[in-house]
Amino acid sequence: MTPPVTTSAETQAMIDDVLSAYPPKVEKDRHKHVKPNDQSGGKECEVKSNVKSRPGIMTMRGCAYAGSKGVVWGPIKDLISISHGPVGCGQYTWGTRRNYANGQLGIDNFTVMQITSDFQEKDIVFGGDKKLAAILDELVEVFPLAKGVSVQSECPIGLIGDDIDAVSNEGTKRLGLPVVPVKCEGFRGISQSLGHHIANDAIRDHMLGSRELPEQTPYDITLLGDYNIGGDAWASRKILEDMGLRVIAQWSGDGTVNEMATAHLAKLNVLHCYRSMNYIATTMEERYGTPWMEFNFFGPTKIVESMRKIAEFFDDTIKEKTEAAIASYQAFFDKVHETYRHRLEGKTVMLAVGGLRPRHTVGAYEDLGMEVIGTGYEFGHKDDYTRSYPELKQGIVVYDDPTAYEMEEFARRLKPDLIGAGIKEKYVSHKMRTPFRQMHSWDYSGPYHGVDGFAIFARDMDSAVNSPTWNLFDAPWASAKKG
Amino acid sequence: MSTSPDALTVRDHNTLFNSPEYQEQRERKKQFEGGSAPEEVARVAEWTRSWEYREKNFARQHLTVNPLRACQPLGAVLAALGFAGTLPLVHGSQGCTSYFRGHLSRHFKEPVPTVSSSMTEDSAVFGGLSNLIEALGTSVHLYKPDMVAVSTTCMAEVIGDDLQNFIASARTKGAITEDIPVPYAHTPSFVGSHVLGYDNMLRGILSYLTEGKKSTSNGTINIVPGFDPYVGNIREIKRLLTLLGIKHVVLGDHSDSLDSPATGEYHMYPGGTPLAVAGDSINADATVFLQALGSKRTKEIVNGWAGEAVLLNPPIGIANTDTFVTEVARVAGVEVPDEITAERGRLLDAMTDSHAYLHGKRVAIAGDPDFVNGMLGFLLEMGMEPIHVVSSNGDATWAERAKGILAASPFGAKATVWPGKDAWHLRSLVFTEPVDLIVGPTHLKHLAREANVQLFRAGFPIFDRHHLHRFPIYGYAGGLHLLTQLVNSILDEVDRNAPDHSFDIVR
Repeated sequence: MTPPVTTSAETQAMIDDVLSAYPPKVEKDRHKHVKPNDQSGGKECEVKSNVKSRPGIMTMRGCAYAGSKGVVWGPIKDLISISHGPVGCGQYTWGTRRNYANGQLGIDNFTVMQITSDFQEKDIVFGGDKKLAAILDELVEVFPLAKGVSVQSECPIGLIGDDIDAVSNEGTKRLGLPVVPVKCEGFRGISQSLGHHIANDAIRDHMLGSRELPEQTPYDITLLGDYNIGGDAWASRKILEDMGLRVIAQWSGDGTVNEMATAHLAKLNVLHCYRSMNYIATTMEERYGTPWMEFNFFGPTKIVESMRKIAEFFDDTIKEKTEAAIASYQAFFDKVHETYRHRLEGKTVMLAVGGLRPRHTVGAYEDLGMEVIGTGYEFGHKDDYTRSYPELKQGIVVYDDPTAYEMEEFARRLKPDLIGAGIKEKYVSHKMRTPFRQMHSWDYSGPYHGVDGFAIFARDMDSAVNSPTWNLFDAPWASAKKG
Repeated sequence: MSTSPDALTVRDHNTLFNSPEYQEQRERKKQFEGGSAPEEVARVAEWTRSWEYREKNFARQHLTVNPLRACQPLGAVLAALGFAGTLPLVHGSQGCTSYFRGHLSRHFKEPVPTVSSSMTEDSAVFGGLSNLIEALGTSVHLYKPDMVAVSTTCMAEVIGDDLQNFIASARTKGAITEDIPVPYAHTPSFVGSHVLGYDNMLRGILSYLTEGKKSTSNGTINIVPGFDPYVGNIREIKRLLTLLGIKHVVLGDHSDSLDSPATGEYHMYPGGTPLAVAGDSINADATVFLQALGSKRTKEIVNGWAGEAVLLNPPIGIANTDTFVTEVARVAGVEVPDEITAERGRLLDAMTDSHAYLHGKRVAIAGDPDFVNGMLGFLLEMGMEPIHVVSSNGDATWAERAKGILAASPFGAKATVWPGKDAWHLRSLVFTEPVDLIVGPTHLKHLAREANVQLFRAGFPIFDRHHLHRFPIYGYAGGLHLLTQLVNSILDEVDRNAPDHSFDIVR
């Protein structure tokens, strides 16, 4: 069952046809974002990215608040992130991203909570600074074990001219806790992406380098850009510890204020989601000389490759432990292969996700014999695409900020055996009789990272692709009618 | 899979992290966390369950923690989906639209097509006119709706965008034709909740579609469900009205839009009230509102229609459904058929059969105002005792009505009604004055687990249980469904916790 090889010309013809449904101006614009993959990364086939979505097109994208509160700050468990503004933003992000954390909810863990200033009309008219100051005072009364506060700005804050910097600075002094203003209003930028950057900058300005550790070792590292979705960071941390490394900070899944404040002491930063945390990695490199490297813990091929790459940075002790760890994982990897590969071999996948996944999960699918035949980023930049082209098969369709229409049409034409995207795409796919997995939330499963995660990933892809429900779509009388 | 002894056992997050290696990892990580001492955490946790903490918690003036309500445009999207061929367009920042689509999809397990005008920083300076024009032009060209229903996010509201003028500009500039209906509603997130947003959008749609359509009676009864998270409710109401022989129109009907069959083809606009039918609703003999409190804005325009406006409590339980049936029969001038009386009798029969397991149960209930008031009727009919009655988006009017419902039954005597309070308030209430059961949305699950009280999921949103919304809780048939779920979930708990001798074969 080898999927048919698609040539760039065939892909281009499909793209032309699909995009012709747009109004001419939009069509021209979308052509810049949708291209057949060129593994060599040639200029011709470079996908345009990180620009505004056209109004009315039905983008998957979110906003800067989503990138800051939803991605970077929200998972820090002992810090209270106030959704500052009207009630909605915090409501829609309440626990939906599955950033797992150990701790007691509402006591020393504030992740799955919706804490908001709940703006009313009078706050818009008269400003919300006084209210914010009062909220800070109430917070420490009601949640005495909170180790810090972040103020996650929603759209109105920047529009009505509130000065959350001043209120936060005063709050920091008054409460004796870090109170971090974050200007991540939803209208800033063009997607979640600027929110990541703003969130990183806020960490840099208010957290980074502010505390020390009692002892240091040559093997101290941080795990950056892992949000512990379904326990991802724990599965990744396990590998790093098996390698003999000491993970002094985990950002930001199951992370703490202390870990934000001591990360600068690491000898190396390892970065999983490049898109959302490259900024702080670069800052630490500039400010403290801490080197950083990207890695990929999806699927055996990339896990082993990444482990060796990380071990290269350290001495022989680590290299030996790394090889021993790799050897110890092999039987498990073999068993996963033996169990699932024959069920998934040759199956095709279309992806549309954020962050790192449109490229990072490709290897894991390939480890199972599956082939990615279309992929793209919700909010990627040029550097994401540059990293992706060589990882993808020549000629497959690459779409930046794909619209609901494009996803539906490409799926209709390419007939993938599996689509991996988000909640907004899931049920469209089900109606279309196309197996689907949510690749943001792991569809309430996970972890998918690490050695343990690979088995879960394989099981879930198998359950989606091989569910017997897909065989029941045709009513017997309907096919009889068709003759 | 293979069943050999060395077969792969896949452990996911439910069991994986209980293993010793991960437990050790968890302990090792603590040295870097700078967390509070376990004794301190335990002490504070205990203290937060005390009366002293309750007073501190209720003294909050500015801080909101775990509110059970969303914002206006979410409701506006649902209202739009109740009309045939209608594309919801939310004017403002695009992230909001993604949130609404995700939120509704998580509850309904269905696609939610909605577009955004994707306003960015420059729109904050120059206004969102060009964004709205392009959004209308592109979405109508691409997604070919019969109608676009426009609502707003708080960004557009703060900068004061004027939808009426903007939509008119889109027509004069030729982005859309003159004939495509584009009703609108201003739906600022900093006023009201999703319930008000639904009401505002419905009003906008009906004002638009009925304009100039006033004529003689069409012999129809309008049904306005309001923000109804149960598609099964709308289907049940239609079934009842058909049984009664009443010609009816649901304004708006999202039962097919958010519960379409899997066929192998995706259709963007399944179902919804036909636009012409909605336009003629102005000529109905009566308009019956199933959510009296959540329909105030729409009622204002219906007041100008010829037919009578009837405001009801949601038809949950016997008496509320009796009122619904009586009222629709009255306004339509029909007799109630025996078949409905028999249905009523079947529900009642089941209620008498099950009452022993529900009688005297102390209940905390939370949710949207009308939902809570409707449910109270049913709980009281079963001899259950509401103790804490919370609605984060309930106002003084809601509280008065809820108190009236409670006062009419001896089983309501122990209840306290809490308008505008959130789920963190409810946590204090449940710990200081314990209950046997919590009724409300998914977001109460942490509280229920911590207090070791069963959560009966009802209302909106329900993210962590499947398909409850596809069944009705309205009408006699809905009452039977509700009762079945309720009594069996209680019996499941009884069995789970029963000592061996009490693990009875018959219950």
